[in-house]
Amino acid sequence: MKAFYVMILALKVVNHVRIHKHPILDFPEKKVIHFTFNGQPQIGHEGDTIASALHALGFKELSKSIHHKRARGFYCAIGNCGSCHMRVNHVSNIKTCITPLEEGMIVELEEGLGRIT
Amino acid sequence: MNQREVIIIGSGPAGLSAAGILLRAGAHVAMFERSPLIGGQLIKQTHKFFGSQKQYAKTRGYDIAKKLYRDIEAYQDHFELHLEATVVAIYPDRVISVYRQGVYQKYQAQAIIIATGASERLLSFPNNDLPGIYGAGAVQTLMNLYGVLPGKNAVMVGSGNIGLIVSYQMMQAGVNVKAVLEAAPNIGGYKVHASKLRRLGVPIMTQTTVKRAIGMTAIEAIETIRLDEKWQPIEDTETTIPIDTLCISVGLTPMHQLLSMAGAEMRYISELGGCVPHMSSAHETSIRNIFACGDVTGIEEASSAIVEGQFIGLIVSERLGYALEGYHLLKHECTTELGILRCGPFGEKIRLGQQKLKGGSSCSND
Amino acid sequence: MLKRLGYPSLEQVKSCFPQQDVLLKPKAIIECYEAIPCNPCETSCPVHAITIGQDINHRPQLDVDRCTGCGMCIHSCPGLAICVVSLKQDQAIFKIPYEFLPLPHVSDVWHGVNRAGEVIAPVKILEVRSTPIQDHTHIVTVAIDQQYLYDFITIRSPHE
Repeated sequence: MKAFYVMILALKVVNHVRIHKHPILDFPEKKVIHFTFNGQPQIGHEGDTIASALHALGFKELSKSIHHKRARGFYCAIGNCGSCHMRVNHVSNIKTCITPLEEGMIVELEEGLGRIT
Repeated sequence: MNQREVIIIGSGPAGLSAAGILLRAGAHVAMFERSPLIGGQLIKQTHKFFGSQKQYAKTRGYDIAKKLYRDIEAYQDHFELHLEATVVAIYPDRVISVYRQGVYQKYQAQAIIIATGASERLLSFPNNDLPGIYGAGAVQTLMNLYGVLPGKNAVMVGSGNIGLIVSYQMMQAGVNVKAVLEAAPNIGGYKVHASKLRRLGVPIMTQTTVKRAIGMTAIEAIETIRLDEKWQPIEDTETTIPIDTLCISVGLTPMHQLLSMAGAEMRYISELGGCVPHMSSAHETSIRNIFACGDVTGIEEASSAIVEGQFIGLIVSERLGYALEGYHLLKHECTTELGILRCGPFGEKIRLGQQKLKGGSSCSND
Repeated sequence: MLKRLGYPSLEQVKSCFPQQDVLLKPKAIIECYEAIPCNPCETSCPVHAITIGQDINHRPQLDVDRCTGCGMCIHSCPGLAICVVSLKQDQAIFKIPYEFLPLPHVSDVWHGVNRAGEVIAPVKILEVRSTPIQDHTHIVTVAIDQQYLYDFITIRSPHE
């Protein structure tokens, strides 16, 4: 029952931030993609990048500054600035703003420089 | 080592146009694009473009990308497209290293065209790193490409064309744009863009800038401050505006890194947006057979990038022995078109910058 | 004023309008105050009433005698700086470009808005044209009291 409410809540957030009607562009319904963010199951859309899916879910903090641990979101969204670096499928420093979201992806916030494996 | 005839780095308006001409001339082209999508920044441009018919005027940016790609599609057997492929290194002997899905690969080409475009500048003020503060182009990407709103209430910093256009596009998507701030005494972009925004009730506040952002884990408000004629803050003119989105649109700077890495002779020209390559009139850098076109050679409108791309396409095709029929006429047409695009009052900066670049002042003393 | 605020002075606006008796037939009103490299208005005009010339930085010149008020230039202008105006009794009839949702319906009454974005008077929606060639720039025909001839520029939904 609790899970059900969480789902409703999540859908509400999605509906609010996703554009459905636009005077110039069409945004048709897209296939749902499941992934996890910091261990929690989440839902994105086909065509999303990891960063756009997280933003649509209300997660604006994508990384932390290295020394002061300040919250960072993305700045450029096209792979230039590096403030969206996250750990994806256990690989550090992935530019989430240009990485397409895929089914089953494991996305994690990362502190510090990231681990080279 | 993988050998290729021509390598183009970047699939924006400049790269695509160059590819179109080269393929038409009969050359083999390999294109490398960092993003999963082809078209560079054109694909998020929902407004109709200025210019003349030759540069696809009155066509929306994303449709221009489609048209440019359509010119290429016909030559599939000569054309190789690598998406999500980042060129991470380049050497003077025209060797590049490409990173793609965990794998590095080396390619060498007879000619390389660098069309990497530009990146958005930052603005320094306290808390400018809070989530919810984006480059204006980033907001455009989020909304127009992925259909996600940046927030509900926004302020734009900068009234150049990008700032004005993205503000209008935010309003179209349903974001409430509370104000456009401009530090200068006058609006920077085309006044037709400004007027489109004003009639929606969006105030454009000249001689005003952002003093600081307020918020803990995301932006909650900004404090603005008025500036005097000497660009100094005027005390007691602070105003607080509650917002969840702040867009920074204070100019672009050329993505010069690969050119610098290759060892091409570079110059810092502020009118062109930053570090740009010194080039021959054929847009060849100081390294033989490495060429550059589009915003990486100086910040301009996409219409100029299209024509520059066509121009480089012609030059490189001739260099490789594929001269197109009517080569000289086509080249002349490109030069004329570029001249016209740059000859008005809005072309002043680029004209000045190009003069400085030719003038031969050294890199650091600009 | 235009440079600082983003909208023209009344004087500038009036300089774009022909004599009022000319407006008994619909005519294009081109508010292109700057020299920018652009010419789709010229190339889209089916009767060659708009001239810019070889140097596309020149501002468009309208030959009002040739202009039929067809409105092809309205959606062709990337700056949304052109509308078509005519006068009918005490009403001014405007054809304006519109790129927002929701679209108005015929015979709705919407807000008339001036260049500064302020609501000035009610307008009646007469027609909403959305053909493929317009590429999402809808053309809305409205009627407003003639006294707002030089003030009216766009519409806003009353339900906002």
